[in-house]
Amino acid sequence: MTIARTVDDACAALAERPDALLLAGGTDLMVGVNRGQVRFDDVVVLDRVDELRGWRREGDELVLGAGLTYAEMVRGEIPTLVPALAQAARTVGSPQIRNAGTLGGNVATSSPAGDTLPVLTALDATIDLRSSQDTRQLPISRFVTGVKQNALEPGELIEAVRVPVLDGPQEFLKVGTRNAMVISVVSLALVVDRSGRNVRVGLGTVSPVPLRAVEAEAHVGGCIDWDTGSVPDTADVDRFAALVAGAARPIDDHRGTAAYRSHAVGVLARRALLRAFPGSAP
Amino acid sequence: MTDTRIEQRAPRIGESAPRPDGIPKVDGSFTFSSDLWHDRMLWGGTLRSPHPSARIRSIDIGPAVAVAGVYAVLTATDVPGNPDYGLEHVDQPVLATDVVRYEGEPVAIVAADHPEAVRLALDAIVVDYELTAPLVDPGKAESSDPIHPDGNLIRRIHLSHGDQDVVGEVVVEGTYEVGMQDQAFLGPESGLAVPAEDGGVDLFIATQWLHGDRDQVAACLGIEPDLVRLTLAGVGGAFGAREDLSLHVHLCLLALYTRRPVKMVYSREESFHGHVHRHPARMWYRHHADRAGNLVRVEARLLLDGGAYASSSSAVIANATCFAAGPYRIPSADIEGVVVRTNNPPCGAMRGFGAVQTCIGHEAQMDRLATALGTDPVELRMQNVLAPGDRLLTGQVITGTAPVAEVLGTCADHPSAATLPSDPMSLPGGAGRTTDPEHVRRGEAVALGFKNLLFSEGFDDYSSAICRLEDGIATVTCACAEVGQGFVTLAQQITREVLGVDDVVLAPASTATVGSAGSTSASRQTWMSGGAVQAACEEVRTTLLTRIAAEHGVDPDELVLADGRVMSLACGLEIDLAEATAEPVESEVEFHHAPTSALDENGQGDAHVSFAFSAHRAIVDVDRDLGLVKVVELTTSQDVGRVLNPLQAVGQLEGGAAQGVGLAVMEEVQVLDGRIRNASFTDYLVPTALDMPPVEIAALVEEPEPGAPFGAKGIGESPSITSTAAVVAAIRAATDLDLTHVPVRPTDIALAEA
Ligand SMILES: Cc1cc2nc3c(=O)[nH]c(=O)nc-3n(C[C@H](O)[C@H](O)[C@H](O)COP(=O)(O)OP(=O)(O)OC[C@H]3O[C@@H](n4cnc5c(N)ncnc54)[C@H](O)[C@@H]3O)c2cc1C
Repeated sequence: MTIARTVDDACAALAERPDALLLAGGTDLMVGVNRGQVRFDDVVVLDRVDELRGWRREGDELVLGAGLTYAEMVRGEIPTLVPALAQAARTVGSPQIRNAGTLGGNVATSSPAGDTLPVLTALDATIDLRSSQDTRQLPISRFVTGVKQNALEPGELIEAVRVPVLDGPQEFLKVGTRNAMVISVVSLALVVDRSGRNVRVGLGTVSPVPLRAVEAEAHVGGCIDWDTGSVPDTADVDRFAALVAGAARPIDDHRGTAAYRSHAVGVLARRALLRAFPGSAP
Repeated sequence: MTDTRIEQRAPRIGESAPRPDGIPKVDGSFTFSSDLWHDRMLWGGTLRSPHPSARIRSIDIGPAVAVAGVYAVLTATDVPGNPDYGLEHVDQPVLATDVVRYEGEPVAIVAADHPEAVRLALDAIVVDYELTAPLVDPGKAESSDPIHPDGNLIRRIHLSHGDQDVVGEVVVEGTYEVGMQDQAFLGPESGLAVPAEDGGVDLFIATQWLHGDRDQVAACLGIEPDLVRLTLAGVGGAFGAREDLSLHVHLCLLALYTRRPVKMVYSREESFHGHVHRHPARMWYRHHADRAGNLVRVEARLLLDGGAYASSSSAVIANATCFAAGPYRIPSADIEGVVVRTNNPPCGAMRGFGAVQTCIGHEAQMDRLATALGTDPVELRMQNVLAPGDRLLTGQVITGTAPVAEVLGTCADHPSAATLPSDPMSLPGGAGRTTDPEHVRRGEAVALGFKNLLFSEGFDDYSSAICRLEDGIATVTCACAEVGQGFVTLAQQITREVLGVDDVVLAPASTATVGSAGSTSASRQTWMSGGAVQAACEEVRTTLLTRIAAEHGVDPDELVLADGRVMSLACGLEIDLAEATAEPVESEVEFHHAPTSALDENGQGDAHVSFAFSAHRAIVDVDRDLGLVKVVELTTSQDVGRVLNPLQAVGQLEGGAAQGVGLAVMEEVQVLDGRIRNASFTDYLVPTALDMPPVEIAALVEEPEPGAPFGAKGIGESPSITSTAAVVAAIRAATDLDLTHVPVRPTDIALAEA
């Protein structure tokens, strides 16, 4: 086991043993270990790497450390700078999980139900990757490649996640079968960029990888009255919701049916839009 | 369970007594059965069938035996005694022989010096299965080939009561379905078996009935029962799931074979396969009433899925049948209760035991009837409630207390404290931020129900207790399994009350020191073991006072025991109890309840000892578009006979209601083609603090029950019977939907055809 103190330490340890597992908060990893599904010989522990912790602002961007915990995402300025991320973080697990679980862990797990992923997708986030040899950046859409699959190479780790600071409201909504501490049945993030005059929508748990509802975005972008902050025509709200529902590619599983997921994601889309543009005709 | 001693005017009957294990359970210092440890111990593990139905062609344990650190790999051929066990029918193999009948059925067991070696050995066992088509539809069980030598019908009861030609002026019909609920206790199955010099074995285990387990274990081991000594280890919840054997025989087999102590702990997933669940039910009802709203007849067809083995299915279907129509006066009934065998997970005991499912059915029917009659649903119930002297559907006359009208009235009339939600977290969807106030519709409903207390149908049930008074200190020995119900405080309270002492030691519960206390189930231990403790203490008091009276030449009736002294008010005699009991006084009693009789071929008979009634009122907020529910408030009244420990009583009412809320809106073991899809707490959801509202107790109705110690009725099960029905009815009220499946799933609401 390597307890890394710096990112270089961690990358060096990974270079030596590319099969080593990275351990951050352990809230995903240990579930697999305890179930006997994850076996390993070497571990590189990340939670004492100061460089991975916290976040900083670089111009119009926030650089969120991979070790940023959910508890940290709901505190301080993040709820103002990236509201949807804070909202998503608050829906995750229990206080214990939010204290331990990290953004990097959520991104690296790349689960369709990962709650930060629709937000990062809507924000067109960039993932900063690092190895002992190299650094590279990937947009979130190219990072997550399938159900719990991603573009991480052996020897590589996630150093940070970059998201833009946008001017405009943001919404994250998540449906679960319980009122707290529940895995998403379907989730949706909607972010508004007033200066770019667009609306972006990320969908969770309705396809193997997080989706952008591009058609819905394109449609609604043209219907917004940016001066009043509203969508004047109800038919456009309906159309937006229908296009979002149509973008979903859900499956039936023990958490919900495909039919319910398509339906629910449309409901979430309508509600998110009306919250972001409160003057709209309902 | 450690000995507990409380000093200084410790609580008597009717006073709140804090649990000695309360704080340790919260701060983590309580020793659960999974914390048991022995320096020389081995670890045990179980190989389970991955298939719901298959023939076993062969089992090759060779590769497993070869794994380093492995001490034993045992299969069915290594079971020396009875190959099968069972609570009511001996039909379940200790280890599968030639067939497996459910996913998770134990096939082989392993002991090794490290859990990792156990895992490797289990992986190395080669079982050659020939898959057979599983029988998964209970509706087809009786017409399918038998999947067990005992056949696919576990029990059919046909209850026919009164004039069979009655037809009501108003008739409502309905079909309802209840999913499989799990007890979801937090402490998984675990125990430690230690082989003894005398060829016997000591088993430390979390269970509900030590002696019942002992007899089954001994039969399978092929040794005398007194060579198997069971001691209760710290229980992390039970709710019926620990009534059947799980790892008991396996642990003892491994310990006797290896001559080493062996410990076993199920994983969470294994636990879902390792114990019985609440029976899923399909229920058809037809209720007949006259125009004035008097019930005149009820017909019902109840089908419970018992899963692969019988467990306590026969008793569960008896309850479901006897209480099928609820606590109402009904002169005519035709009820058929059937429980069948399938290749689904075995089902058996769970809090409420058959009455939970039927309460969902009969209360939905009462609401339908109220709609059909155009009357208020509470008034309709009130008009038909049972009272003392009335007959049940079984023909039995209620001779004890039955304050049904008061239970219903106090609950329905209780002022509600529910306000409109202001905090977004308290809207449906909670932390998920799905719902705005304008999406919410509120619904309210009341449900009424009842159930028998204690064992029924002629079973001669008893509990044993020993009371010893020495040097002023009382020691109580009883094998009653404390699973959270509160016997630990109660035994002390009763002893103090009867003997006027403060110092009461409760000895560990074990089969080695005292006779059977019976099972901690059927809301029976306060009555049965409480009754045994009371009787033992009273005998001690009589013996002591008789002795002292003789020594001092006074009339024993003049003497009282109070505040640690023997006193006579008449002659001023006063002796310190410690002095008076320097020579100890001891008494052992066996306490039986009044006998009951079997049900006859028409389901008629005085089969039950006593009944407990409860009502819940639920207020819910529903987001119709998303099908999400927030239970806003639960109000309850319960017929309790007498409250012995107020703190514990409230705990039972709250905990039971939480399990009821869970069944109403989220708790369902999902079984597809005989396989459990959600065997984890990630996917088998139980209510969190955001899902469970405060429980308002409108009334604990105290009418002392004749024959019960201090008049106290058992209170453990009622809260989980009516809470589910009330919540589901409130969701119907909020949505105007029929909602015939319980739990109500989001899709049932959101995608319902309007
Ligand atoms: C009870 C419970 C409730 C939960 N609820 C939710 C929920 O509501 N929503 C949700 O989205 N998730 C939930 N989770 C899952 C989990 O908490 C999150 O996915 C969390 O973000 C994982 O982060 P972690 O730091 O604990 O990761 P770990 O478990 O330490 O690691 C997870 C994976 O990421 C890899 N990894 C970690 N850090 C890095 C890095 N810097 N670079 C590359 N790879 C890395 C690890 O190697 C591992 O494969 C829950 C988990 C539990 C146990």
